Formats: sequence, C-alpha cells, structure tokens
Amino acid sequence: MTDFTASDAVPAPRKGSLLTQDARTKQRNAKEARFRMMGLVAVTIGLLSLVGLLTSILASGLSSFQQTYIELEVYLDPAKLDKTGNRNPEDIAKVSTFGYAPLIDAAMGAAIERVGAATDINAKAAGELISKEAPASLRDFVLANIDRIGETVQFDLLAAGRIDGFFKGRVTMETAALDRNISPEQLQLADQLKEAGILTTKFNWAFFTAPDASDTRPEAAGLGVAIIGSIYMMLIVLVLALPLGVAASIYLEEFAPKNRWTDLIEVNISNLAAVPSIVFGILGLAIFINMVGLPQSAPIVGGLVLTLMTLPTIIIATRAALKSVPPSIRDAALGVGASKMQAIFHHVLPLAMPGILTGAIIGLAQALGETAPLLLIGMVAFVREYPGGPPEGFFDPAAALPVQVYNWTQRGDPAFVERASGAIIVLLVFLVLMNIAAILLRRRFERRW
Amino acid sequence: MYDAPKLSETRVSNNDIKIAARNVQVYYGDTHAIKDVNVDIADKTVTAFIGPSGCGKSTFLRCINRMNDTIDICRVEGDIRIDGEDIYDKKVDPVQLRAKVGMVFQKPNPFPKSIYDNVAYGPRIHGLARTKADLDEIVEKSLRRAALWTEAKDRLDQPGTGLSGGQQQRLCIARAVATSPEVLLMDEPCSALDPIATAQVEELIDELRQEFSVVIVTHSMQQAARVSQKTAFFHLGHLVEFGDTGQIFTNPKDERTESYITGRIG
Repeated sequence: MTDFTASDAVPAPRKGSLLTQDARTKQRNAKEARFRMMGLVAVTIGLLSLVGLLTSILASGLSSFQQTYIELEVYLDPAKLDKTGNRNPEDIAKVSTFGYAPLIDAAMGAAIERVGAATDINAKAAGELISKEAPASLRDFVLANIDRIGETVQFDLLAAGRIDGFFKGRVTMETAALDRNISPEQLQLADQLKEAGILTTKFNWAFFTAPDASDTRPEAAGLGVAIIGSIYMMLIVLVLALPLGVAASIYLEEFAPKNRWTDLIEVNISNLAAVPSIVFGILGLAIFINMVGLPQSAPIVGGLVLTLMTLPTIIIATRAALKSVPPSIRDAALGVGASKMQAIFHHVLPLAMPGILTGAIIGLAQALGETAPLLLIGMVAFVREYPGGPPEGFFDPAAALPVQVYNWTQRGDPAFVERASGAIIVLLVFLVLMNIAAILLRRRFERRW
Repeated sequence: MYDAPKLSETRVSNNDIKIAARNVQVYYGDTHAIKDVNVDIADKTVTAFIGPSGCGKSTFLRCINRMNDTIDICRVEGDIRIDGEDIYDKKVDPVQLRAKVGMVFQKPNPFPKSIYDNVAYGPRIHGLARTKADLDEIVEKSLRRAALWTEAKDRLDQPGTGLSGGQQQRLCIARAVATSPEVLLMDEPCSALDPIATAQVEELIDELRQEFSVVIVTHSMQQAARVSQKTAFFHLGHLVEFGDTGQIFTNPKDERTESYITGRIG
C-alpha cells in the first residue's frame, strides 16, 4: 500500500466534491433535524405532563395511606351499657352511639390527666379530638364482645379529621383560629398527646376496607365497598364480554359471508366503540333498570352496561388478532383435512390468543375506569353496607372506584380531596396491575412461527 | 440411500387413471383463470405442472383437493373425478377429500407446535391411531418417509418452526403423508429452499411415487425434467400440452411449449 500523493493523476470531481454538502443535501438534512427535534419536543411534553399528573396526585393523595389514631383505655361501664345487668344482647343493642360518647370522653380525660398535659379546654372540647366515628366502632366492638363489659379495653380510635389534617399539614394554627370545628387549643393538646405517644400515625388499612363515610367524618371514609363493587363488575364484564366478543369475532372473521349485512355489522361495531359512555348509561337505565327491573346501584347493572361498552373493544382487538395469524397456518390445517372449526380452534385461536387477551384486558381496564354510565344507573349513591358474596352480592347496592373518586371530590371537607387522590392512586395501581397482567399473558402465550 | 436411476429416464410404470379432469373452468370473480382443462393423472406417477407465472397451474392444483373452496370469489365448473368419483358432488365433504388428497405448500408452514405434534395432528383428527403406540409408529413412519427421522428423532418435542427451511418442508411432507393420502399435491415445494434441500426433497418425491400419485407444480423446468414422468404445460389458463416428460422436453408438439422450454416466453 502506498499513500495517496498529489502526484497521482486524479481527475477533478465533475459535479462538485463529495466532501462538501451541496445546497439540496443541506436542506434535506436540516429538514430531518427539524423533524427529529419536533418529535423530541412532543415526547418531552408528553412525559412532563405525565410526571406533573403523577406528582400532583401522589403529593395530595399519598397522605391518605397514613391515618392518625388516638390510643385510649376505655372503661366499658356496665352502668351505662347494660343497665339491666343481665347481659342481654337486645338490651345492650338499645344503647345508641350517644351512650358511648361519654365513655370516650371519660377515657380521654383520664388520658390527659395521666400524661399531665397542660390544657384548659373542657372535657367536651377534648373529646372532639376523637372522630365522630369512634363511638360507633366502640359500639360495634361491645356488641360483638358482650362478655367484656365491665373491663377496661385499649382502643385505637380514629382522630378527628381536622386533627389528622393538622399532622398532615392541611390544618394549621392560623386556619384553626378561623375554623368553628377546631380550635388552636385543641391542636396544642393534640401536639402534647403526640409527644406522650398516645396520638400516633399509622398505615391506613381502613382506607382499603372501610366503607364510605358521611361528610362530617372524612377520616373514616374508605374504599372497601367501591373496591368490591369494581371487582364484581369486572368479573361480570370478563365472564360476559370475553366469550361473547371472541365468539362474535370468530364468526364475523372466519365464518360469516362477506356481504352487505356483514359490512353493516362491521361498521356498526366500529361506531359502537366510539359511542360516548354516558349513552350506554342511559341505555342501562332504560333497559336494565326500567324494563327488566334490576335493582339500582347494583354491580350487575353496572357490569352489564360495561359489558356492552367493552364488547366492541374486544371484538375489534380479537378480529385484528385473528387477521394477523398467517393464512399459511389455516391452509396447513385445512390441507391435512382439518375442518374449518378444527383449523380455527386448534391453530388460529391459540396463535391469536395473546392479541385477544391484550385486547380484553385493555377493554377491562377501560371499563374499570369508566364513570359516566355508572352515575346514571345509581352507583353514585352513598353505600355503607358491604354487598354480599357473589352471586347474590351482584344485586346488592355497591359503589365503584371511579365513582367514589367523583363522589369524594364533590364533598365539602378538604380532607376528602386527599381521599379522592388516594382513591385515584388505588385505581391507577389496579390499572397498572391489569396492564402488567396483559404483558405477562402476552409473553406467556406468544409463540414464534 | 435409494439409488435412483436418472429420474427423467424412469418410465411410467402405471397407467391406472387416478384423477380425471374434464372441461374444468375456474373463475375468480369475473376473471376466467382456468379454461377447459382436460387431464388424466395416473396413479403412482409424478406429474409436473409447468408454465409461466399466473398461468393457472397452482389454481388447478388447488381444485384437486378443493382448497379453492376457502376463497369466496372462486368458482369451479366442470368435472374432476378421483377414482371415478366426482369430488365436486354435493355429497362430498371437502374435509374428507383433503384427508385423501394431501397437500404440501410453497412456503414451509409447520404448525408452531412440536415436531411430533405437527406430524401427529392429521392422524389425531382423523382418528387413525387408537393408542399412543400406534401414533408413535405413524409419526416415525411418516418422518422416515420424509427422510427426516434421523435428524428429528432426538428432538421430537422441539418446535417444528425451529428447523431449517429444508427440514421444515420435509416436516410438512411428513405431515401430509401421515394421514395416508392417496394423492399428494405439491405447490412449488422447493421454491423456498436452497439447492441441497431441493435435491433432498426431489429424491423424496421420487420415493413417494411408490405409494402415491404425486402432482407437483414447479417453476423450474429442470426440476420437472428431473422428478416427473408426466408433464403438463399451462399457458394463460389453458392446458397447452400434456404428455410424457421426455417427449415434452425433447419433442414438444405445440409451438408455445417449445418457446417456453427454450426460454423465449415465461
């Protein structure tokens, strides 16, 4: 090898050097650079809004997974709870929550005395540190454990919403001064109780298990009924929509003759997928509740409405999945003498399975987050009773996760904003779990050919 | 290995007519794809269909096991008889017909299942094996016939799609012969294969002739000359010439055949 030297006779390039870009190339490259830039900007905007959304939800909602409790030793006074003294459950049940409030106030007074908190507020004001929900939970305990009347039992009672808010930074001394529900003195007392270890902050399991609570006791509100309602509806949707949707797609894709009618059906299915969800709610109200006479607020009606909504999604996804199976596989099966149905069920369907499952789960996830149709069929109602076990429970009133979010954002107490954000986080976690399931199923069923 | 005489020199050993086609017309919608085809295909013979692209040779092949039924716009007229029975009779179930007339496609298309399941699928759906041992035997016999047994016997549970192209095509042949068909249709079985795999498949085709009537569509005239005893030349939907392979290639009667064979059209 020798180096190139100037003495080598090289003809000058005829149309300009390759080492310099001509105007046209420069223009093309600039265009491409601009296009890449725009793509990058678009992705960045998308990511930023996602991050913004998540931070705002997490910032306002994460605190709902913590809850302030006050640990009290309550003397279950037989003189108040069982005046007859014969431990008759019926008599004890006659004592309402008002009968329990004095016990808590007394226990609170005793606790303040024990830790030697310096406060000049009266016993009633001190009792307000405890949630209005506390007497009810105390009563439930007594009714379940009648033999323990007369004992002193330790309870973790919910602190009032304002106290909880104080430790989460939502309530301050200044706002308390303007607030009729709480006073700065009460907050100071709460501070002292915290130092004494009587007032503690713990993980809020009740948020996932407790039912909704009224406007005045946000601290007791939980997602229990909503989660059960949503799970019931998802079960109904899965059981109804998946087989129906897959069967319809197989018929349309593989068996139906291609004519005007099937074209019409196809167009209608695509249109159905684009129908606003509230329209399905009106349909559910008119048909399932008014005509068929199913109960309002029931997961069965919600499930049926969501099934109608999910069907087009599943049908479209399934048909796409069936279409994507190479025709050579059908030919191969038919060629060895399989019937059409054998070819489809033995070969085409297994290959389409990942696509079908992904479509079904995306449809389910859509249904899980759907709110509007559920408002119309009465799932927005205030439900404190847990629905029964399936299948009877499908007919009991229940709430749903997205409706619960909507419901809580309508409430006056700012504590419900935190609850609503917490519920959104739970909903998002459910959605992410479903999407992960979709990905895992896809991997599991995916086969190469 | 089976020591074949030079294939084009093998004589037609059998004159029993297996498939007889009379006045066959095929329409795709308004297109008249096959025009007036008359042909008699002998048993235990390899018959090659040659002709330029789009001349209808594959279409005609697919008429023989009614694979064209799966195409909505396709219409077949005329008379095709196998062993004297009209296969387009209303009483004929195409599924039953296809068990009798196996097919191997242009592109190897094994099922995305194990090698064993690929071969066992046909016998299973037709109930040809009563016990697992029977099925094992059919699978082994079919793979041996397809000259794949030695390569595949230790990996029967591995996916058929993991084999090489030539092996896949031989697997498809094994799958086709596993249902013990009487006719084997092959639609350009070697077009996706390299020369070595092609040679293996060609050798196989000649062996299969012992038991089946083989009809092969091919683009390669050399291949037709090598493996077939009878050759049919299709052009623009017409069956131009049909006769002994040696005669077609050395002494064609029709001018179009001659042009095609000498490379002037195609």
